[in-house]
Amino acid sequence: MNPFMRWLHYLGAPPNFNAFAARWAPWFFLAAVPCILYGFWQALFVVPADYQQGDSYRILFIHVPSAWMSLFIYGVMAVNGFIALVWRIKLSEVLAMSCAPIGAAFTFVTLATGAIWGKPMWGTWWTWDARLTSELVLLFLYLGVMGLYAAIEDRRAAARAACFLALIGIVNLPIVHFSVEWWNSLHQGATIRLFGKSTIDPSMLPPLIALTFGTKFWFAGSLLTRTRATMYELESGKDWVRRDLEARG
Amino acid sequence: MAEQPSTPAAFGALLRRDFRLLWRRRGDALNPVLFALLVISLFPFALGPEPATLARIAPGVIWVALLLAGLLSLDTLFRADLDDGSLEQLMLAPHPLSVLVGGKILVHWASTALPLILATPLFATLLYLPEGTLGPLMLSLALGTPLLSLIGAVIVALTVGMRRSGMLLALLALPLYVPVLIFGAGSVMAAAQGLPYDGALLLLGAGLVMALVLAPLAAAAALRIALQ
Repeated sequence: MNPFMRWLHYLGAPPNFNAFAARWAPWFFLAAVPCILYGFWQALFVVPADYQQGDSYRILFIHVPSAWMSLFIYGVMAVNGFIALVWRIKLSEVLAMSCAPIGAAFTFVTLATGAIWGKPMWGTWWTWDARLTSELVLLFLYLGVMGLYAAIEDRRAAARAACFLALIGIVNLPIVHFSVEWWNSLHQGATIRLFGKSTIDPSMLPPLIALTFGTKFWFAGSLLTRTRATMYELESGKDWVRRDLEARG
Repeated sequence: MAEQPSTPAAFGALLRRDFRLLWRRRGDALNPVLFALLVISLFPFALGPEPATLARIAPGVIWVALLLAGLLSLDTLFRADLDDGSLEQLMLAPHPLSVLVGGKILVHWASTALPLILATPLFATLLYLPEGTLGPLMLSLALGTPLLSLIGAVIVALTVGMRRSGMLLALLALPLYVPVLIFGAGSVMAAAQGLPYDGALLLLGAGLVMALVLAPLAAAAALRIALQ
């Protein structure tokens, strides 16, 4: 067994994960704050206004990183759901379930900022086109996962059922991503590409990159904290929880 | 020990049993049709009886009415078998659970969606569906309703152990129904405007083929998760 796999196995035990999360979650939050502050400062004061949209385009610096997070978190949730169903690792079940509310929040932020931007730019809060509708379906999928998890009495059975639902819902991810290419859409196409040439103005990239990292760090810290809290709850009868809580006062 | 029946024989036996059970309570088979009829007749009351208005929304209304009727009938897919314990026996049977579940979905579709499709010309007349779009409508329903049944079966399998699953079932299934509705109703809307509509139908067909293969497997896995 290579060291990385051994480390993963070590981390899979709830007491070890608890120690790991308690140690690292604050650092992730701490890394997120300067990224987000720098991104906001750049986005609000440094980056020039758009030649067509003026200042109101600046909301995209929240909208775009949130939209990326809404898809990214769903991916994390589905991967953990897959691990939970195949290898029955309890930690993965809890990780997947902790992803859902965070992802739902980012999806909601995406839809809300999109609507706020759409009112002055498109003249409407909402339009029923492919990108918007599939993002809305993504929100419903997150809410469905949370609802199913909450509705079943037995926590482990609930987590497995919800993980399975998360796996089914993964068909929606490519639809969200490619919706602007497959259908005629009011929503603009992708202007930022990892491979090939981006068509966004280079001056707009620094805040976007800073906020992308900032939201990722924030998600990592939030995920670790949430998972840790749920683990306390699920393992509340176990010895390590009592010892850990006593040690922390 | 007696010789085991083959999987096709077990599949056939399951179909015969389910159809016989249905036949003994054949009055129930009309309920989805009555429900859809009532939903459809609400629209003239709400919007007024102008034929032009009704004709414009007819394809969408009929699709939504059939989708809701199917959603409400989903709960019966495994309910009776769960209550009398035969679902556990199916899971213990030495045959692939996915095949048996596929049989149950087939019977369920034939007993709930097929009567609805057969009643669609009546619904179309009630809503003044434009001439020449009944064909596309029937075709889109014939491709779309089995797809709805298959997707719904996976969701209902996940919630099968829960006592009150009605509202949650709708919350989980409806987002997954959205694409089917878009292409199903969209094809008829396109036909009503004289546009080519076979693209949406082909996509529905492709989705149906994929769901025919994957959905019984997924429903079987979901049953095992929900009932272990």
